[in-house]
Amino acid sequence: MSTEALDTRVAGQRSGCVRLVLAHVGVVLAAAIFIMPLVYAFFSALKPNTEIFSMPPTLVGSEVRWSNFVDVFTYGPFATYIANSFFVALSGTFVVLVVSTTAGYAFGRLRWRGRDAIFLVFLVTLMVPQEVLVVPMFIVMQWFGWVDTYQSLIFPFAFTAFGTFLMRQFFRGIPFELDEAARVDGAGPLRTFLQIILPLARSAVAVLAVFTFMAFWNSYLWPLITVVDYQSHGTLPIGLATFSGQNGTRWDLQMAAAIISMVPTTIIVIALQKHLVKGIATAGLGGR
Amino acid sequence: MFMTRQQASRGRGRSALSKVESRQALGFMSPALVGLALFTIVPVGLSIVMSLFHWPAFGDRSFAGLGNYETLFTQSPDFWPALRNSAVFTLLYVPANLVVALGLALALGPRIRGRGAFRVLFFIPVVTPIVANALVWKMLLQPQGLFNGVSMTVFGYELPNFLADQNWAMIMVVVMSVWQGMGYNMLIFSAALEQLPAPVVEAARIDGAQGVRMLRSIVLPMLSPAIFFATVMTVITALQVFAQPQLLTGGGPGNATMPLVQFIYNQGFRFQDLGLAAAAAWVLFVLIILLTAFQFRAQKRWVHYEH
Repeated sequence: MSTEALDTRVAGQRSGCVRLVLAHVGVVLAAAIFIMPLVYAFFSALKPNTEIFSMPPTLVGSEVRWSNFVDVFTYGPFATYIANSFFVALSGTFVVLVVSTTAGYAFGRLRWRGRDAIFLVFLVTLMVPQEVLVVPMFIVMQWFGWVDTYQSLIFPFAFTAFGTFLMRQFFRGIPFELDEAARVDGAGPLRTFLQIILPLARSAVAVLAVFTFMAFWNSYLWPLITVVDYQSHGTLPIGLATFSGQNGTRWDLQMAAAIISMVPTTIIVIALQKHLVKGIATAGLGGR
Repeated sequence: MFMTRQQASRGRGRSALSKVESRQALGFMSPALVGLALFTIVPVGLSIVMSLFHWPAFGDRSFAGLGNYETLFTQSPDFWPALRNSAVFTLLYVPANLVVALGLALALGPRIRGRGAFRVLFFIPVVTPIVANALVWKMLLQPQGLFNGVSMTVFGYELPNFLADQNWAMIMVVVMSVWQGMGYNMLIFSAALEQLPAPVVEAARIDGAQGVRMLRSIVLPMLSPAIFFATVMTVITALQVFAQPQLLTGGGPGNATMPLVQFIYNQGFRFQDLGLAAAAAWVLFVLIILLTAFQFRAQKRWVHYEH
């Protein structure tokens, strides 16, 4: 190899190396700017309220008030908001999982008359956005006497066809010989469903569970409509707005509360980071 | 003779079996069917009825025909602005979201160390409560907040009062929404990029395709199904925007950032005119369906499917 060619190749490698370093610098910079709002919010949560809008801005205030994270709980019924959010999100997720897996099984693995027609109805309802349903849903809640109850937070949006669709698609990918074998062994559909199909669909069930939990946890529009007495049935997103009142906004506490509300879903995402891309590819159709 | 009898008995057996299976299927289906009927089909029907009535939250209802729709388009002072705001938000938000998401997905290539951690970081605002995100940005965007504070201190330049300014308010609602939402599309694109067939990319590289050329002629066409999917979903979410303007600006200044969903919420639950709200919701629904259908028709022009 001529020295000239060797030179250009080394130069090429070096420029590739430089480019890789630059790419890393760029990504780190973008990430730092991107996460800055949350970092600043966290430090703001540790400041006295009077220093939130100091000029020039500071990251750390004159004192570090971890007590803000305690005061959040005495300022209003914040513990109730957290408990309500957990209760509603967990119950809602449970309902969604039961409804979606059973219906998905019927659509995906049982043969019955009218199956395809009814499935089409399910698919069509997928297109109706929540924003269109909330107005009549409020009237339905009045009929049931459910306004300002836990039921109204849990049930109305736990029957959307998305979960059923997701589970049906997944169930159809499982070899049908398994059902036949189970039937030959004398297992009915319920046993086949519980002991063979459901365990094989663990990953899809997990994806659905995570997405559903997050959707309930973050839900805002519907609780805003159906919850009347914030003190008893308010969820976290509803409660977060209560830190701004007639006497101005307690920004310090509001930021502390906001940070607390971010913890559960952030933990879930970090814990599941290895499955994140695949999970999105599985459930990509839904969510937001 | 024997054959036919066996066939006959098998036929009878199968129909009996399918009857049993139908009954079992009904058992499995019943929770979903009851729920779907009560919480989707009934509300959809009810909402059509409501949109045809004067339906105050309290007091007497009366049939209005198409009166609510007429009110929306000819009398309501906020409806056209709300439509305009939703359109402006969608036109700004969707391209910005897609470009940032695609750029990040491309930037976080396989040679970036810790790309998994970076992905998680960019995804976090998608899963944190939108209310919490919006309140954080509300703090940053105050005249005394971090953005203006840094600008004043470092450059001695006073930024506009973003959330109170007629033009800036919408831009900031969009910026905050892109920050909050683009991580989702980033992951969609990452998943699609990981499934690009290596031989095709390699062949293009050997043919001398690099950089922008590679992106335009190879990567983007192969990514087009994912881009199409992301576009359709993002347009739908853009038309559903509510929490960000509600919390950042309250729809203001005036009605400069009030989108359709906030209009629906205000009419229904602040001004107690549920009939008008239902009618506006139907306008929103029709808009979503038309835009989605349009995109599906237009996809032939630019989406390349394998096979």
